Amino acid sequence: MGWTGQVLRVNLTKGTCTPEALNKDWAGQYLGQRGLGSKYLVEETDPKVDPLSPDNKMIFATGPLTGTCASTGGRYSVITKGPLTGAIACSNSGGYWGAELKFAGWDMIILEGKADKPVYLCIIDGKAELLDASEIWGKSVWDMDAWIKSRHQDPMMHVSGIGIAGENGVLYSCIINDLHRAAGRSGVGAVMGSKNLKAIAVRGTGGVKVDDFPAFLAATSAAKEVLAGNAVTGEGLPAFGTQVLMNVINEAGALPTRNTREVQFEGAHDISAEAMAKPSGKDGKPNLLANQACFSCTIACGRISKINEEHYTVRNKPEYWHASGGLEYEAAWALGAATGVSDLDALTYANFICNEQGIDPISFGATLGAAMEMYEDGALTDKDTGGLKLNFGSAEALTQATELTGKAEGFGKELGMGSKKLCDKYGKPELSMTVKGQEFPAYDPRGIQGMGLTYATSNRGACHLRSYTVSSEILGIPEKTDPLVTDGKAGLVKAFQDATAAVDSAGLCIFTTFAWTLEDIAPQIDGALAGEWSVDRLLEIGERVWNLERQYNLQAGFTAKDDTLPKRLLKDAAKTGPAKGLVAGLDKMLPEYYAVRGWTEDGVPTNETLSRLAL
Amino acid sequence: MQKALVIDPVKCTGCKQCELACSYVKEGEFNPAKSRIRVFDFHQDARFVPYTCTQCAEAWCQRACPVDAITTNEWGVKEVHDGLCVGCKVCIIACPFGTVNYNASTGKVIKCDECGGDPACVKACPTDAIIYMDVEQAGFGKMRQWAAKTDTAAQATQ
Ligand code: SF4
Ligand code: SF4
Repeated sequence: MGWTGQVLRVNLTKGTCTPEALNKDWAGQYLGQRGLGSKYLVEETDPKVDPLSPDNKMIFATGPLTGTCASTGGRYSVITKGPLTGAIACSNSGGYWGAELKFAGWDMIILEGKADKPVYLCIIDGKAELLDASEIWGKSVWDMDAWIKSRHQDPMMHVSGIGIAGENGVLYSCIINDLHRAAGRSGVGAVMGSKNLKAIAVRGTGGVKVDDFPAFLAATSAAKEVLAGNAVTGEGLPAFGTQVLMNVINEAGALPTRNTREVQFEGAHDISAEAMAKPSGKDGKPNLLANQACFSCTIACGRISKINEEHYTVRNKPEYWHASGGLEYEAAWALGAATGVSDLDALTYANFICNEQGIDPISFGATLGAAMEMYEDGALTDKDTGGLKLNFGSAEALTQATELTGKAEGFGKELGMGSKKLCDKYGKPELSMTVKGQEFPAYDPRGIQGMGLTYATSNRGACHLRSYTVSSEILGIPEKTDPLVTDGKAGLVKAFQDATAAVDSAGLCIFTTFAWTLEDIAPQIDGALAGEWSVDRLLEIGERVWNLERQYNLQAGFTAKDDTLPKRLLKDAAKTGPAKGLVAGLDKMLPEYYAVRGWTEDGVPTNETLSRLAL
Repeated sequence: MQKALVIDPVKCTGCKQCELACSYVKEGEFNPAKSRIRVFDFHQDARFVPYTCTQCAEAWCQRACPVDAITTNEWGVKEVHDGLCVGCKVCIIACPFGTVNYNASTGKVIKCDECGGDPACVKACPTDAIIYMDVEQAGFGKMRQWAAKTDTAAQATQ
């Protein structure tokens, strides 16, 4: 148990919704969510498929712990081929939607084909149907959420869907559930838009059972004590959210600033957690109003914020005077440091628009940073930008660009291509801070060397959530390593990648791993599922998932040449901070990484490795 | 001693662990839809409000029940006796707070019974947003908070 055993297959071309049994053998080998969803994708699609064609599929997958009382057990992932990267995409989201899908009786939804007109999928317990979405096509995520709940007269429904960005094929558009929780990266929203699918609305009134309730409750309670007693998950994240990192990373000299020209941002403090807690505006309330947990989460890192009503962005827009999802660290970095903007209210407004229209703020902010550098260098002119003055540090440029990208209007259409295509188009490919086409997030590999290898080898393009070695290199979790050296990082990255793949396949949030190791997680899975679930088995699954994704990408046409970093990181040394004088030492780590992975010098898994992992 | 569930919405993070614990104890599965305590998300106001039965001293539900299926136990808690309940739903209409609900799969009503003096939601809540305490002292915490805000200098001049 842990599973409902039911998968919903939706053929959008034919308009059919068909239940089928979950493949339990695969669940035994790939656990769930990221791993299991990827297995289905690999089995059912050609890796060479055009991501935005009807032949691409998308899978909304829960994990075995989704819908249980395991802390953070409410998550789901969207697995598909990503249009931003052309690589396998797997974007994970919290909130309540994943758990609701389980309560409705479904472990997974497989979407195939393309509807001939806009539709939304409505799931009310066992009943699933495709309904006309013509009235909400062209509406924001927030308006769509309200419309669906009112149309079904059910405020308890949970909705996951796309805004205008996803409809218009913004290549880093995301899927938003519960108004501000995102399956954020690699453009999964554009895939949904390409299928003419606006949303999936779910209401579930059934229950989730586990295999051994007493063992499960004992394991989950013990694990919750660990979260509550840990300084990061029990104090730092609830109080400051992921924004706890802003000043820390800046001081470490690893905050990519102004399109990564610099590694420290003089405005970091103004956009930090501390700034969010300071009173602002005439009501004297701070930007941060409350913290919110996702389903069953003991940590509660979520930020609920408001914009100062007198700020230029909303002075005449009372519709933005309410509270909503506030800045997480990655968003604050991308909208702020990457663009040089230190106006907290402007960042919060841009973040609201990203949630409202379904844009990944990491890729958007990084793309805007690249556009700003091209503008300042003269590669982009006012004529190209339609009059937008894209100067670093300009809050107006940030907020206007966000609005335009959300609606895919004017220069926003070009920003919506992502920094790689944009920089290529204007003859400055070296200014794109991407790996495999995806913008890298808020850690400069010159100051945190392990992150260079992490970005270069991430299966979904540059990403921090595939092996968050920041934990070890900066925070000392589980063991402190020196962020400025490359020694030992190959093994560290592999260990983080495999463990993370297991956590992502369980239905849990990766933030638990600031406090938990697989020793805390294995007993929870063992209580939920039949069979024996040890740490070793989870690690083996993690490694299997990693290699499965790698194989997919190799078949899609990627090679070892794509396991690299932007030249700026490899050639231009950091100018300030602890990493002054350093470049990202990828060349020292990559060969060793291939070796510890059991891959050839060309980064291809050897036959021994594949057979050891039963692939 | 009568006890009461005292809820502080300011502390609530909306995690719904109370609903999971309640539904497990009452239904043997994780099923928020059948929880006797429900958490409401007032997103635009940045507020989460857990809500459940207040165990009225003179209970409308109990008064309204035509078959006397709702009784008051020694702790003042209103309990529904499944063997007697005929599922007429009059108590649901009578309760001003909406905290009695119908379970379509059993044909009976469900409501909070404070788990026989050891409420599961209280143990599950990670933020102490729900505590279980002597009903006669239920207001003291808030009273103390307000007392702390009293400006004694200003009072002295009154
Ligand atoms: S730690 Fe944060 S993101 Fe993770 S489940 Fe909890 S509230 Fe959600
Ligand atoms: S368990 Fe506590 S914090 Fe979580 S929703 Fe319930 S009352 Fe709120």
